[in-house]
Amino acid sequence: MGKKLDPKLFEALEQVIVRYKDHKGPLMPVMQAAQDLFGYLPIEVQDYIARGLDIPLVKVYGVATFYSQFKLEPNGENTISVCLGTACYVRGAQKVLDRLKEELGIEEGKTTPDGLFTLSGTRCLGCCGLAPVIMINDDVYGRLKPDDIPGILDKYRRARSA
Amino acid sequence: MQEKCVTLTIDGQTVTVPEGTSVLDAARKINIQIPTLCYLKGVNAIGACRMCLVDVGARSLMASCVLPAAQGMTVKTNTPEVREARRINLQLILSNHERTCLTCVRSRNCELQALAKDLGVEEIVYEGYSVHRDIDDSSPSIIRDPNKCVLCRRCIAACQNIQQVSVIGATNRGFDTIVESPFSMPLGDAPCINCGQCIQACPVGALREKDDTDKVWEALADPELTVVVQTAPSIRVALGEEFGMPIGTRVTGKMVAALRRLGFDRVFDTDFAADLTILEEGTELIERMKSGGKLPIITSCSPGWVKFCEHFYPDFLENLSTCKSPQQMMGAVIKHYWAHKNGVDPKKVCVVSVMPCTAKKFECGRDELAAGGVADVDIAITTRELAAMIKEAGIGFTALADEPFDDVLGDSTGAGVIFGATGGVTEAALRTVYEILTGKTLENVEFTAVRGLSGVKEATVRIGDEDVSVAVAHGTGNARKVLDAIRRGEKSYHMVEIMACPGGCVTGGGQPIVPASVRETLDPRALRARAIYDEDESMARRKSHENPSVKKLYEEFLGQPGGHRSHELLHTHYQKRPQYIKDAE
Ligand code: SF4
Ligand code: SF4
Ligand code: SF4
Ligand code: FES
Repeated sequence: MGKKLDPKLFEALEQVIVRYKDHKGPLMPVMQAAQDLFGYLPIEVQDYIARGLDIPLVKVYGVATFYSQFKLEPNGENTISVCLGTACYVRGAQKVLDRLKEELGIEEGKTTPDGLFTLSGTRCLGCCGLAPVIMINDDVYGRLKPDDIPGILDKYRRARSA
Repeated sequence: MQEKCVTLTIDGQTVTVPEGTSVLDAARKINIQIPTLCYLKGVNAIGACRMCLVDVGARSLMASCVLPAAQGMTVKTNTPEVREARRINLQLILSNHERTCLTCVRSRNCELQALAKDLGVEEIVYEGYSVHRDIDDSSPSIIRDPNKCVLCRRCIAACQNIQQVSVIGATNRGFDTIVESPFSMPLGDAPCINCGQCIQACPVGALREKDDTDKVWEALADPELTVVVQTAPSIRVALGEEFGMPIGTRVTGKMVAALRRLGFDRVFDTDFAADLTILEEGTELIERMKSGGKLPIITSCSPGWVKFCEHFYPDFLENLSTCKSPQQMMGAVIKHYWAHKNGVDPKKVCVVSVMPCTAKKFECGRDELAAGGVADVDIAITTRELAAMIKEAGIGFTALADEPFDDVLGDSTGAGVIFGATGGVTEAALRTVYEILTGKTLENVEFTAVRGLSGVKEATVRIGDEDVSVAVAHGTGNARKVLDAIRRGEKSYHMVEIMACPGGCVTGGGQPIVPASVRETLDPRALRARAIYDEDESMARRKSHENPSVKKLYEEFLGQPGGHRSHELLHTHYQKRPQYIKDAE
């Protein structure tokens, strides 16, 4: 938050609201479209939806926090996906996730305050042979031990300061 | 029109009720009290807590608060299975409840505590998932303690459906569900109007007013200060309930006696300032009518309504009467007239007001409500807080002999007291405006068209050769109806009265809390209003402009209603306030 949101995106959102306004149950499709446009649902966007559909903001926010598909924060520069599929789970994915939480100081689904990392759990990434696996953006890291985590994170931190 | 009725059997007794009646209500009719928690008559019926389960022969037990009675239905409310299911539900609710009854504001008036007793819960069987959450004390009026919340959603229904302010709702899911404002915003930052209707709806101690009694005790103990108290019209018809008296008992004299025992140096009546308000506002109305000013004039006595207008209907700010509310007028008159007259330094006067209202706590802190740089009112407490002080001081309230208010600023008329009920300000204004405009005596002072509990009341009164049209709305949800109709150009009035609370001040957010089981059969709005009108009838003078002390105030100090001095002391201005985002239109 704090970053200026693109007015063009609001214009596009307006179109969506106009299209759905008189439909039955317009809220979910409008929120989904808004998330596709902005990448997440900050208060400015939810407030815009609330006004546009003439419903209280707290109802929009209630829906946004009820369904895990909606995101309240923008993704960080790097998205870390921790595979929580069965194979990874059995081979210690939880410990890897816990270590990531500890190193980053955030919970699953959240973004670090410096905007560098978003941490999310995900279903099977399809490389069970490498379990436990994480993906950072498009890079796959397999056969991980929790102690590998700090080194991997440092790589991305260095990339930013460079 | 003939109502369609259905006949059913409940615990072997036959009962006939209109179609659409819930099984819960049908049972009440034959004196069977089914336990409830999330249900609140006229406010919330969502079948969430499942305390009210009954057996209707279906595969599973049903929630009777949302189950319509049907022809031929056989209901059992008291089988071992029903009792067990209710008890398990209650045990689950208790499992993650912060059980600190000993220090809880609602102890002895808590529906959860009562249920635990009534349902014979003897031990806590489950230890539930519980995290301690922060108490939200960001608001000047309302404190939220999520650790006591049972997620009944009665407050949400009050805020969203009745008041239509909608600053709180249920967010997240599962064990993480919580009642809060959007983006976990502190309530003090949300466009909450401080009406306290959420407190009135809450069955437990999860919502309460900000307690300012310590400040009052401190002031009373300070030998340097002259501590003056004023009581709003509605306190006298409700305070007794806190001491076990029936709803709608008038305790004016006992209340005054108790305040004196507490050590207040003077006990004044906000009714005096209500009379004063009528002179100022009546004059303002007449001027606007004559000079083509902004109409309708909309009353400004209710700080919850004023804040609602500032957030949600800023296009009506010019319609608001510029009159301060009676609480603030009274404070200004005490500090700038009474203090000088009695040789007291206004800075050494502490004005405490006892209000039926949680929004008054916010109002008295507004910067612009400080005539000459001194706050008009220093501390505002609710009826409940006053009752707590009386109890703490060990004053045997019910046995007190009646005492009168102190002189001058204790004088009032019946017109002042009816400010407490919805329609009262309008009726009081009509009594005065009629006589000013026509120069004739108004024989029948009772304008019954503006009394009662319909959400929006309208009347047209012939005054001289003018038809004066008025509308009255109570509860901000109803206010929306009137304002939207005016916005659309469908309606026009000379005067509109709006009170933030349903029923008006008698059922303000600071009044004694009546449990859901009692509200099932008794309506505190009607009972307390009845007492207000009885008080009006009992008064020797019933028109504000006949209040001799108000007349004297104008002669000695203010000059004319609407004059220069009045404007300095008794009038104010308003500001547009954002909702959630500063620059959103
Ligand atoms: S809310 Fe009720 S049950 Fe809970 S601590 Fe307070 S009095 Fe006790
Ligand atoms: S005080 Fe009124 S506006 Fe504020 S949360 Fe409670 S009910 Fe809603
Ligand atoms: S705060 Fe009170 S009224 Fe609101 S959901 Fe919780 S227990 Fe119910
Ligand atoms: S479900 Fe009926 S009272 Fe809660």
